[in-house]
Amino acid sequence: MRVLYTSLKYLAVVLWSTFVIAPFLWAVSTSFKDFQSVTNGATYIPWVDFEPNLEGWRALWKSPAQGGVDIVEPFFNSVFVTASGSLISIILGTLAAYALSRFTFKAGFIRNGDITFFFISQRIMPPVVLAIPFFIMLGKFSLLDTLAGLIIVYIVLLMPIAVWIMVDFFNKVPVEIDETALIDGCNPLQAFYKVVLPNSIPGIIVAGMFCMIFGWTDFFFSFILTFTEVQLLPVAIVALNSSITPWWSLSAAALVSVAPLVLVAFIVERYLSKGNLSGALK
Amino acid sequence: MNFKHKYLFLLPGLLVLLAILIFPIGFTVRLSLSSWDSFYPALDFIGIENYVRLFTDDARFWEAFGRLSLLSVTTVFLQYVIGFGLALIVWKEIAFQRFFRVLFLIPMMTTPVIMTVIWRTFFHESLGPVNDILSHFNLAPLWLSSETLSKFTVMIVEVWQWTPFMFLLLLAGLLSLPKEPFLAASIDGAGPIRTFVYVTFPLMAPISIGAIIIRLIEASKIMDTVYVLTSGGPGTATETSSFYIFIKGLREFQFGYSAALSLTYLIIMIISFTIIAKILVKLMVRGN
Repeated sequence: MRVLYTSLKYLAVVLWSTFVIAPFLWAVSTSFKDFQSVTNGATYIPWVDFEPNLEGWRALWKSPAQGGVDIVEPFFNSVFVTASGSLISIILGTLAAYALSRFTFKAGFIRNGDITFFFISQRIMPPVVLAIPFFIMLGKFSLLDTLAGLIIVYIVLLMPIAVWIMVDFFNKVPVEIDETALIDGCNPLQAFYKVVLPNSIPGIIVAGMFCMIFGWTDFFFSFILTFTEVQLLPVAIVALNSSITPWWSLSAAALVSVAPLVLVAFIVERYLSKGNLSGALK
Repeated sequence: MNFKHKYLFLLPGLLVLLAILIFPIGFTVRLSLSSWDSFYPALDFIGIENYVRLFTDDARFWEAFGRLSLLSVTTVFLQYVIGFGLALIVWKEIAFQRFFRVLFLIPMMTTPVIMTVIWRTFFHESLGPVNDILSHFNLAPLWLSSETLSKFTVMIVEVWQWTPFMFLLLLAGLLSLPKEPFLAASIDGAGPIRTFVYVTFPLMAPISIGAIIIRLIEASKIMDTVYVLTSGGPGTATETSSFYIFIKGLREFQFGYSAALSLTYLIIMIISFTIIAKILVKLMVRGN
């Protein structure tokens, strides 16, 4: 019985791991192929099944005129938009979450819970509902096809996540911390800045990671709201997915774009194992 | 605790969000009462004509909605079962525990559209590895161009992408559970199955409900994956609500009509989530 249970457990883990890794292995293998080894049916192992070459990887640094895919600029655009959007969302979200966790707000029938729900409920909004009005609104302010326009949209996308995680986090930070600081002669702003904030670093890091994940992986808004001047990484890569797809450079580009956030998985796991995440996620 | 500057904390975020959102929402309501399209791009007033058309003469919208319900409920159910199973396995002692925890998290860190581009080559009907392996058994399923199978392919990709999110929330929940109930169960001589049914599952009910709702909300927006994988095809076999609205609004430029579709869809979503949340609470917390 015990043996059966253990072998079933490992079987499940191995099967799922294979499923998780399969597309990555396929992409790594494909990125070293050329036209021949892609179009003659599926091949897997370099040197055995096909002769590997670096064309797919070299194409990443070439301009489109030379037959390259040039993802360097889209990469840095993506970094800039994700980082700015996340930073603004975290700052505004953390302040609002602190207020909602510590102070009482009342306006008519609206209470703290309703305000928190308003923030979080923005995640229910399907992107496609906002796309058309954003398109027209950004057009009015000449912000279509600019980084600034995208950052504005990303704030709507990311602030709800920051507020959601930080409200729960602050609810678990004991109020005594604030009160001690107040008794020691801090005003509430100083108490927040000098005492509460340093104690909230784990929560802020978790919120930051989630903002980064949802910002970096968004496709729809940059797809709708930018055209030629500004291109983010996912849009640049999906654009390669045309009728005559260069599978090798496509795979190489995909791996480059996916790599940075895979590192986040390691950080998330560290937090998880130390037990810091359970408090911040519930 | 209270003090007079409390609005300094709340208002910046709240006002920014309101400022960015008020126009789009108000404008969508107004737009839905107009016939704005590419031939006549102006904000005229046609009353509820768009809504009448939507409820009486648009089977495609309701089919897309049915398909979306099927896709999201099925995938979220699978994600929950698999994610809970994996979380239970790596919660306890297992060889390479931390390695597997990291590995199981990785798919949610990847950009859905980009991985979908890879999946498209993976399921390519003549050049992909899946059909290459299946060809040894004389099988050549049409992963992307068969009406039934293409739905299944979308589901595989969705389950791969988002099971990790379920796994993360559930594992974080498991790690935060108190020890005492488990001690009591083992003193009473309960085996692993009984412990799960009477202790773990009830203790995890609130976290499970939260995780399922969050995933359903995200799954109801499926569209990137569909756009890249099948473009809604073959025909309309994988077209979801979001994708249909996208086609009406940003491909056919029927702005007025698509605004009406958007609002109807949004309201249906809010009502469904409220009902689903109530049902889940009834189903899962009954034991306690």
